[in-house]
Amino acid sequence: MTDAGTAVRTRPREPGPRRRARGGGGWGNQNAAGWLFVTPVLVVLGLFLVIPIVMALWVSFTDWNGRGNPFASGFVGADNYTELVSEDGLTRSDFMTSLRNNFFYVLLVVPAQTALALFLALVLNQQVLKARGFFRTAFYFPSVVSSVAISLVFVFLFTGGGAVNKLLALVGLDGPNWLADPRGVLHLLGDKIGLWDMASPPGSLSDGSLLGLSWWSWLSGPSVALTVIIMLVVWTTTGTFMLMFLAALQDLPADVEEAARMDGASRWQSFRNVTLPHLRPTMLLVLTLGLIGTWQVFDQVYVMSQGGPSKTTLTPAYLSYTYAFDNQQWGVAAAMAFVLFLIIFLLTSVQRWLFRDKDEIAVKRQDRQARRARRKTLATGDTR
Amino acid sequence: MYSLNRHRPALRPLALASTALICVTALAACGGGGFEEGGGDGADGPSSGDGPAALEMLIASSGDAETAAVEAAANAWAEETGNEVKVVVASDIAQQLSQGFAGGAPPDVFYVDAAVFGDYAEAGNLYPYLDQLDAADDFYPNLVETFTLDDEAYCAPKDFSTLALQINTKSWEAAGLTDADIPTTWEELEAVATQLTTDDQAGLAIGVGRDRVGAFLVQNGGFWVDAESGEATATEENNAEALAYVQGLLDSGVAVLPPEVDAGWGGEAFGTEGAAMTIEGNWMRGAMSTDYPDLEYTVAELPEGPAGKGTLLFTQCWGISADSPDQEAAISLVEALTEPEQQLAFAEAFGVMPSRQSAEADYVAAFPDDAAFIAGGEYGQGPVNLPGLAPVLADLDSQLEQLEGADVDSILESFQTNAEAALQ
Repeated sequence: MTDAGTAVRTRPREPGPRRRARGGGGWGNQNAAGWLFVTPVLVVLGLFLVIPIVMALWVSFTDWNGRGNPFASGFVGADNYTELVSEDGLTRSDFMTSLRNNFFYVLLVVPAQTALALFLALVLNQQVLKARGFFRTAFYFPSVVSSVAISLVFVFLFTGGGAVNKLLALVGLDGPNWLADPRGVLHLLGDKIGLWDMASPPGSLSDGSLLGLSWWSWLSGPSVALTVIIMLVVWTTTGTFMLMFLAALQDLPADVEEAARMDGASRWQSFRNVTLPHLRPTMLLVLTLGLIGTWQVFDQVYVMSQGGPSKTTLTPAYLSYTYAFDNQQWGVAAAMAFVLFLIIFLLTSVQRWLFRDKDEIAVKRQDRQARRARRKTLATGDTR
Repeated sequence: MYSLNRHRPALRPLALASTALICVTALAACGGGGFEEGGGDGADGPSSGDGPAALEMLIASSGDAETAAVEAAANAWAEETGNEVKVVVASDIAQQLSQGFAGGAPPDVFYVDAAVFGDYAEAGNLYPYLDQLDAADDFYPNLVETFTLDDEAYCAPKDFSTLALQINTKSWEAAGLTDADIPTTWEELEAVATQLTTDDQAGLAIGVGRDRVGAFLVQNGGFWVDAESGEATATEENNAEALAYVQGLLDSGVAVLPPEVDAGWGGEAFGTEGAAMTIEGNWMRGAMSTDYPDLEYTVAELPEGPAGKGTLLFTQCWGISADSPDQEAAISLVEALTEPEQQLAFAEAFGVMPSRQSAEADYVAAFPDDAAFIAGGEYGQGPVNLPGLAPVLADLDSQLEQLEGADVDSILESFQTNAEAALQ
């Protein structure tokens, strides 16, 4: 409405992109407040996470000896990385040994903890189960207890004359000297079924070598000592993942499952075609967290075995620690950490690709194509 | 959506700017101050501050007895000289020292184990002060050699331990052996161990790793490395002979490694009577009186090998940091801590042996049972102290874990190859 007598602008505010109103109004204040709340966390994350990682990346390209400013020490380029993967020597064989140990560890722990967590979550999700709260606490309890305390208890349980061996003796089995036994499980199995003789390994396997370790070494499987750590970790981390699965299962409405049943699906069919697809995002989360956590195992090795016996519980994280603090070879240690990062990144990327939702991707692609086609017709069509 | 569309053009540069600002601030905070390479340089003499010094001492204590003894000694010095000393017990001394060195503000005085001495000295973390002590000549030469790198003696050994042979008195007498049968040669050792081996008890428990088996190498006139020339000598004949001898004892069953009898170390194998004899050091006195007080045992010097007597020394020194602002006060503190009376007090408190030769007579008078240990100070070989060898030595230990049934020559050769690669 315009009034010819006054110069006051009474035209209503126009919608559409326009500069921010002076004095802020609603949007400006919220923006500033948001930044104010987030800045402390950003500072903390930057100082204690981003900066140390960047510094460590720098150290991995130097030969810093632990004294003084790492930015002032000699730049050696990719020497530390080549020492780890291509130069024949003790560092490479140590690193490859640690990768082999950790690979078998991951291979056993991740499927075991995922399957066990899913199984326990399904059990707890039953309507008929009484005292659900008690069982939930009992299964989750090991995750809460300090990993150092549990490791020490396991050391005592698994000594040569400890509780576990006494239990095995009750059923007539002679338990090994668990944490002092460096024999590989695959070697033992092959020996048992007559595939090879552990005392004199077949020439084809012990003569050839890959990256500093003989094929016989690569195929050793986890050692008996490492299986103790595997058992410990599966027992402690199952609880956390069980809770995640449980939350996702409780999200699945009961009538969906009922509908499937009424359509004539058996329990197994309804589990496979209704429950599992619903659990896909949680499964992705559990597997990703599992992969990341298992490739970085350190606490248990530090407390229980310190890499022994015969380097069969050595892991890249622990090796990096000893090379840095005990051997004062900080550049190599930092390089190990970043090679480990690359491995984890690669594996989780592969896993994400495997778990992609193909239908969703197809729909998104169609949308994109439709939008592009529309834009094209708008541009080349009549000017409006 | 409306507001976000409006603000997006302004948001991105703002986000980048604030992140950059944080990074720059943080880097500026890190880049200044404590990273200066300072402290006394050997050539310029020790640094000294103005007024009373406030020193920080970091120790890796074996228990309350050691902590109390060290604190008492440090406080006595502090009172006498009017300075201050703070004694800190480390939970992981290697880690805490590394943090100090990296930050440029390490403790002024700290324990330096012979195994890490080489790396610390080469990195320039230690201040060489031994020649400034009046009593520099009084320390056992073997110990001083352990803390010498490139002909420079860095620090004063604070105490030492040696290996000797512990014999279970009950098993000894049950096998009909007397004092005259205490083994003095390799053949006698084998014979005695065979006689002592029964169905429930092995004759001898040899600890795992180079810190026990190395004694046999010294007895045969060899060792893993030659500290003077700075070269690895593992592939020499006498080393293979020594290892083969030990392997022979293990293969015939008269000797065992502690894990075979469910023990964590030789002392546990000895205390639980899994073996009648063991080769361990001074720490046995404390361990046995705490864990196995009823076991009676005697201590004898290790038997001679073909090349004469030999044993291993384990020692730590009082390290003074090169970055310390008051090295003069630190040297005075170390002098007080290495006085013969003070060393005897430490020996009494936590069972180590004084590193000064002038204290030997008093030590033997006070602890006649430990005469065999301290005699080893004359002919003992200190640990490998060449820099850069830590992973190679760890690899050697892990191979020696499987000594029974291993190929002795390949163990020595792989050590030689790795050591040569690390020492160049």
